[in-house]
Amino acid sequence: MVDPILSIRDLHTEFVANEGIIRAVDGVSFDVFQGRTLGVVGESGCGKSVTARSILGIVEKPGRVTGGQILLRPETGGEAVDLLQLGPKAMRAIRGPEIALVFQEPMASFSQYYTIGNQIMEGIRLHLKLSARAARDRAIELLDMVGVPQPARRVDEYPFQLSGGLRQRVMIAMALACDPRVLIADEPTTALDVTTQAQILDLLRELQQKQGLALILITHDMGVIAEMAHDVAVMYLGRAVETGPVSEIFTAPKHPYTRALLRSIPTVMAKPRTRLPTIEGSIPHPSNRPAGCAYNPRCLELIDDLCRVQEPPETGMAGRRIRCFLHGGRP
Amino acid sequence: MITFIVRRLLLGLFTVWLISMLAFAIIQLPPGDFVDSYIANLAAGGAAVSADEANAMRKLYGMGQPIYVQYGKWIVRVVVGDFGESMEWRRPVSEVIGDRIWLTLLLSFAALLVTWGLALPIGIFSAVRQYSVADYIFTLVGFIGIAVPNFLLALIILYAAFRYLGLSVGGLFSAEYALAPWTWDKVKDLSWHLPLPAMILALSGTAQLIRIMRANLLDELRKPYVVTARAKGLSELRTVLKYPVRAALNPFASNIAYLFPYLVSGSIIISIVLGLPTVGPLLVRALIAQDVYLGGAIVLLLGVLTVIGTFISDLVLMWVDPRLRHQMD
Repeated sequence: MVDPILSIRDLHTEFVANEGIIRAVDGVSFDVFQGRTLGVVGESGCGKSVTARSILGIVEKPGRVTGGQILLRPETGGEAVDLLQLGPKAMRAIRGPEIALVFQEPMASFSQYYTIGNQIMEGIRLHLKLSARAARDRAIELLDMVGVPQPARRVDEYPFQLSGGLRQRVMIAMALACDPRVLIADEPTTALDVTTQAQILDLLRELQQKQGLALILITHDMGVIAEMAHDVAVMYLGRAVETGPVSEIFTAPKHPYTRALLRSIPTVMAKPRTRLPTIEGSIPHPSNRPAGCAYNPRCLELIDDLCRVQEPPETGMAGRRIRCFLHGGRP
Repeated sequence: MITFIVRRLLLGLFTVWLISMLAFAIIQLPPGDFVDSYIANLAAGGAAVSADEANAMRKLYGMGQPIYVQYGKWIVRVVVGDFGESMEWRRPVSEVIGDRIWLTLLLSFAALLVTWGLALPIGIFSAVRQYSVADYIFTLVGFIGIAVPNFLLALIILYAAFRYLGLSVGGLFSAEYALAPWTWDKVKDLSWHLPLPAMILALSGTAQLIRIMRANLLDELRKPYVVTARAKGLSELRTVLKYPVRAALNPFASNIAYLFPYLVSGSIIISIVLGLPTVGPLLVRALIAQDVYLGGAIVLLLGVLTVIGTFISDLVLMWVDPRLRHQMD
């Protein structure tokens, strides 16, 4: 099997708050491969976005990464580098040319005071050391690549002059400015209407195939996962509870949470006016994580004495892991 | 965009016209007509005015004619720079104000530079290092700066400078230059005297501005575009200065206009304490002495300068905020 470009191992990110320490990411592990898409799925507040920021080392205060490894395989081959061990300067050289991020709020994620060209060129000039002229040409080329019409004119426009869909395209162009090997898209389509959503997803898929990107697609939408992902990591309360190839996750989901998520996808085959199945209860706040398996208060298949008391360990083999006593790890 | 500027310009002219009416109303406020009180004033000083002279003056000011004729005569003379006669000084108002208006502008501008030069970097630092020891120290100093009356500080500095440094800090000029005509040496003398009053004048504004800048920037630092900038691999310094600071500075552009009248009226007591030759003390004396033409002229000048400041601040705002610029197209 090919080595992953990026391996996250037992990542922990904590926030110090008044109520105590909040473990937003609490032992996440997954692998990302070149040319493949890893879908990270879970409800709001499960730590998806914090995981993305942890990988880039841009978790905002008072949060910080407290443990684990983020292993990036160098382009030239050789030993993987643990990003958590890098100094600030070395880490800045990773952001952009190695790993880039696409955000969910294209309006808020751009500064309104600079043209989109300025904001795209900034990274290019910094990392690729191009002249202003060459950086501008590249920015126009990038805008063209992501399907922005009249790129030579648009490059001098401000974000507020663009539509939501165009802004997200520009955001993608900006992320791709320095030819990253890993692209993390954090809910890239959440703020967009359905048609634009589909266009943006198509664009991401097309770019991935063209450039052999490793894509981490963060979403709460199982439909997007089904359409886009090769591999899936299902997250619950700061942990990956189930990981595996998309076909297996959809045809043979093991974790009760994954199954519940899949049940709650609306389908066109459903009878009109039937209620969509939902998951009972809501995701607990990470500061009062339930004892035992974090999912136990909402789980329909829990083993009474066990799940409330003990944490299920991660079991399974490479590429297909699960944290549930129903599927092994029982003492 | 050009229509906007033209519109603003016309609006500014209209405002100036309103201010001129206000200034004229102030001149008309005291009972009796100006010539009567002028003659009475002179008579009290032992001088006499002949009936011919009095009639000539009445004619000049349009006394006894309808109010709009009086206003018209006044405003026509104002436009050519004749603001009337100062009763107290017995000299033309324009002569009394003279350099003072420019010195006031200079002092205000210097105070503004000091305010920004100190407040913006400190505000930025305080926000970026929120709740650090330095932030607390600046906060403490800032609140003291807001709480301590400026004139008290002026007195303390005056005393300290005289007692320990042997400096006389009153005024904007050394004694030998105060009444001398403008020479290069006088300018040099002024540049020596300017910083201290400017700093005293700037203090409370600086303290407030630090708080405003800190609060603005703290808001901006939490915005997603800051994360975007970091994700591009920019250094922290560059990230902060290029994006959130830029956004946090925007409100200041619109504040330029209000700073000027604030500095002038805020500087009156300091100017009296420090003996500064600005228009503030002159206005106070004119009001006390009911020196109507002088008072009216100062009110008019300050008003006009504020309108000009507003116009400049509109232009600056348009220059710094692309959203505003594009709304107009």
